Formats: sequence, C-alpha cells, structure tokens
Amino acid sequence: MGRPVAILGSGQTVHGRRFDVSYPELVKEAVDAVFETTGISPADIDGVVFGTMPSMMEGVALTHFYFADVLRSVGKPILKTETCGSTGVSLAITGYYWIASGMADLVLVVGSEKMHEGDAQATMTTVLEPFYQRFFISGAPGVFSMQSQGWTVRFGIPEDKIRAAATKLSIDHHHDAFDNPYAHIKKRLTEDEVNNARIITYPVRLWDVCPTSDGACAMLFASEKAAKKLGKKVAWVKGVGYSGDEYWFGDSDKAEWQCAISASRQAYEMAGIKNPRKELDVAEVYNPFTFQELLFYECFGFCGFGEACDLTLKGVFGRDGELPISPSGGVLCTNPIGATGLNRVAEAALQVTGQAGAHQIPGAKTSLAHAMGGVVQFNGVMILGSEK
Amino acid sequence: MEMKHEDYYILEDQVSIPYENAYGLTWTRFFEGLKSEKIFGSRCGKCNRVLVPMRSYCPRCFIEIDDTIEVSQEGAIVAWVLTEYEYFGMPTKPPFIGALIRLDGTDCEFVHLVGGIDLSNPDQVRKTVKNGMKVRAVWKEEKKGHILDIKYFEPVK
Ligand SMILES: [Zn+2]
Repeated sequence: MGRPVAILGSGQTVHGRRFDVSYPELVKEAVDAVFETTGISPADIDGVVFGTMPSMMEGVALTHFYFADVLRSVGKPILKTETCGSTGVSLAITGYYWIASGMADLVLVVGSEKMHEGDAQATMTTVLEPFYQRFFISGAPGVFSMQSQGWTVRFGIPEDKIRAAATKLSIDHHHDAFDNPYAHIKKRLTEDEVNNARIITYPVRLWDVCPTSDGACAMLFASEKAAKKLGKKVAWVKGVGYSGDEYWFGDSDKAEWQCAISASRQAYEMAGIKNPRKELDVAEVYNPFTFQELLFYECFGFCGFGEACDLTLKGVFGRDGELPISPSGGVLCTNPIGATGLNRVAEAALQVTGQAGAHQIPGAKTSLAHAMGGVVQFNGVMILGSEK
Repeated sequence: MEMKHEDYYILEDQVSIPYENAYGLTWTRFFEGLKSEKIFGSRCGKCNRVLVPMRSYCPRCFIEIDDTIEVSQEGAIVAWVLTEYEYFGMPTKPPFIGALIRLDGTDCEFVHLVGGIDLSNPDQVRKTVKNGMKVRAVWKEEKKGHILDIKYFEPVK
C-alpha cells in the first residue's frame, strides 16, 4: 500500500454538441475550472495524466501533444492512459499510483472526448481486429445488448420484468439529470415513450442508450501534505480495482462478468468494505445502457444474481433508496467517453465532500466510481471516502 | 448546450489509410479451411479446451498449440442481438442478428450471424430466436477464405 491520496477537486465542462469551441478549447474549459475551483496554481503540479478514446474518434492521433499547452504540461512529465470506455477510471488510478508511489505530490488528471466531430460507433468498431469479430459486433449497443441478453436468460428474468426495470432507470436518470448542471440530456419521459421508442439493438431502444457528448473532465490528485496545505475539505481514495478479460469475446463468461466482479472486490478489500449495499452511500455506476446497468448491480454485489430488476422496481437503488445509483443522471444522460469515467470519479468526490449541489445524497461519506470498456473486456472501480 | 452548427466554421476531413494485416500461419490455415467449408479449431494440450477459431497458443495455459481439429458446424445460441441501426463503414448491413454460438464439442463461443429467418418484425424475431436453439452453418456459393464465407447460422429444423 502506498501513501494516502486525496482528490482536491474537479472541473467538468458543459456537455453537449460543442461546436462553439475547438477541441483544445474544450479541454481548457475543464482544466481552467479545476484550478479555479481549488485555487491551486498550475505551476505547482508535478505532472499530467491524460486520456481519450482511440484517435479515430476525432481523427487526430496522440492528442496529448495537441493539448500540451491547455493541459499546462509544458516542461513536465505527461502520461497517456487509454482503456476505451474505462479510460476515465484508469486515468484516476494512474493519478492515484503516481501520488501513492511518492513520486509526485500534485498531479493533474484529464479526460476528454469531442464525439460530434466523428462517428463514435465506427470508431469503436476499429477496437476489433479486422479478420473475425469486426463483422458481427455492431458497435457498443450491439455488444453490450448481447451481453445483457445472455444475462437475462441465464438468470431467468422475464422479458417484461427487465423491460420494466430498464424503463424505470431510464425515466429516473433522465429526470435526475435536471439536478446536474453539467448533464447533457435532461428529459421528463413517460413509460410509453421509453417502451415505444425507436429500436437500436432489440430489445434496447433509444432511451435505453446514452447520447454522444462533447466534454472534458479535469481533477487534481494530491499527497496528504499537498492536501493539508490546501486546507479545504477533500475526498480520499480508499480503494482501487481494475481487471480485464481475455481478448476474444467468446472466450469468457460475460453474464457473470468476471472482471467486473474482481475489479469491485479488489477495491472493496482495499477499502475494507464487506457489504457494499450497506456501506456505500452512493455509487456512480458506468451506465450507458439501462439493460447492462442492472447487471453491474449484481456483479458489484449490491444484490444477488437475478435480483437487480426486482430491487430496482422496489426503489432500492433510486435517489431516496438504500443505495442511490448515479444521482448525476449518469452515463445514460452524458457520455463524452474519454472523460466519462473521470466524471464518475468527480461526481463520487463531490458527493463525499458535500459539494454535489441539487443532487447531493445527504450525509454521503463513502462513494463508488466505476467505468467499463473494450469489447466487454475491462472494468475499473474506485472507492472514495470523506475521511482519510 | 445546443449550439447552432451553422454559426461556426466546420472543417470536413476524412482520414483513409490502406493496411496490410498479416494473418500468420495459424489463421492462414483457419481461413483456408473456410474456403473448403471446414471450421477448424485448436485443442490445448494442457487444459484440453477446444478453441475456435484456431489459436497458435492457449490464452490461459500459455503453451503453444499444434493440435488442429475440424469442429462441428452445428451448435447452440448462447446470446444474440438484433441490430437495427447503422453507422459509417459498418461492415455488415442491418438488420442482422449477431450471436455467440457454442459449436458442438468446443469450449468457447464462436461469434457469427444468425440468419435464414425473417428479420422484418423484431417482436416476431424475439419469438423465433431463443438461447439454446440449435443452429447450423450455411455457406456462400463463392468462398474467399473470409469469415463471411459462412453466410450465417440458420435454425436447425
Ligand atoms: Zn490451455
């Protein structure tokens, strides 16, 4: 175990279709925000961690070179971390390692994506080799829908029940997004609208799927010494976990998703969490698809396998429930992929420092942030606490 | 924040680069097999798993594999999805069913298409296609040593 690591603050951009700024200007918006919020001077950072989705997303390779100025990285070490959808949590974990190792006291961690500049699903298809799998995996909706389809049948969940639970998640998250000033899609939806929306990858419909967003997120990770110097309330990293599957989609079990289970257990063990549903006050689960979100509740041990739909319908995971999930509206409402996982960490930090505003879960002391990525291949989990 | 697209200059760009991706010996054999309507897999000498498509090494035991076997062209659906949307450069045109198929006698899922059924009505498809359903490979007339030499897997009547 390394040194204690604190999160001093975060900066998120406004999300949406951001034709009003160039890509470096978008990143600058988040970076400037974190320095302004914390009062830290860019001159004091020891290094920068940056990450995005594959270069094909915006058609510019190795954008951390392009963004060297706005990342305030000139004359300092810069690390690039890239793990597809889980990039954001990987970025946070990279920042954590750097501080925990004792090699730095203050690190700027930034993720970004400007998805409206390219074609997100075409980009994600290039994650697959061109010989075999690329012909059958229809972007993210295809592969994650197939995963949840297998899970539904494995645990004998009736189709109308998972539809009802997914519809509740869609309505609740889109409604919760009104309380998050950074959220992209905010909408009051009816059951009929969700149930009868355009099919994307059957049975997944339009309102079961996240949007494509332009946005960036910046965070400052610090040693205990740097955190004390700041003299403000900070979040502390209590646990980290990251785990991946073998490459070939058909080689491992995706219904009881092993890397999701093991990433969460690594983080729980480090944080000393035995009963996550009881001990966590709020969780920012990476939920680009309502159907898949339910599977995570089970893999993370929030409930047993096959139980997520019933408990969701009972309100256990709602804003006023036992374990509120994604009160920010989550990925379902805002998804600038390279930043999305870091947004989860930023939201989890806002919650345990009591700064989440209108979507604050009262008294939250322990939170979970999660991201997943690849062709159903990787999961990262970070546990934050209000005390060291 | 919904900005008006036409209020700002937009540069239209496209990156297009040709690639020559090497199959290597093992996959050259596998794709050659498809040309003669055979699906080849590999048996690991340590864990005894039969993996398909062919592998040059076992991803769990990390030993080299040289035991090539022809696997069954029939199997059962483990998971599937009906795709109804399209994106730029999509290599397979919707609507189509992508599926994880456990070929008989193998120990992993083979990813391919399920076809030979009417895909025009999703609710009807949902009633027709079931996990555990037996399917069989249907081959194209003209074969090129490509994964789509198998046209799709159709339900076994
Ligand atoms: Zn083996």
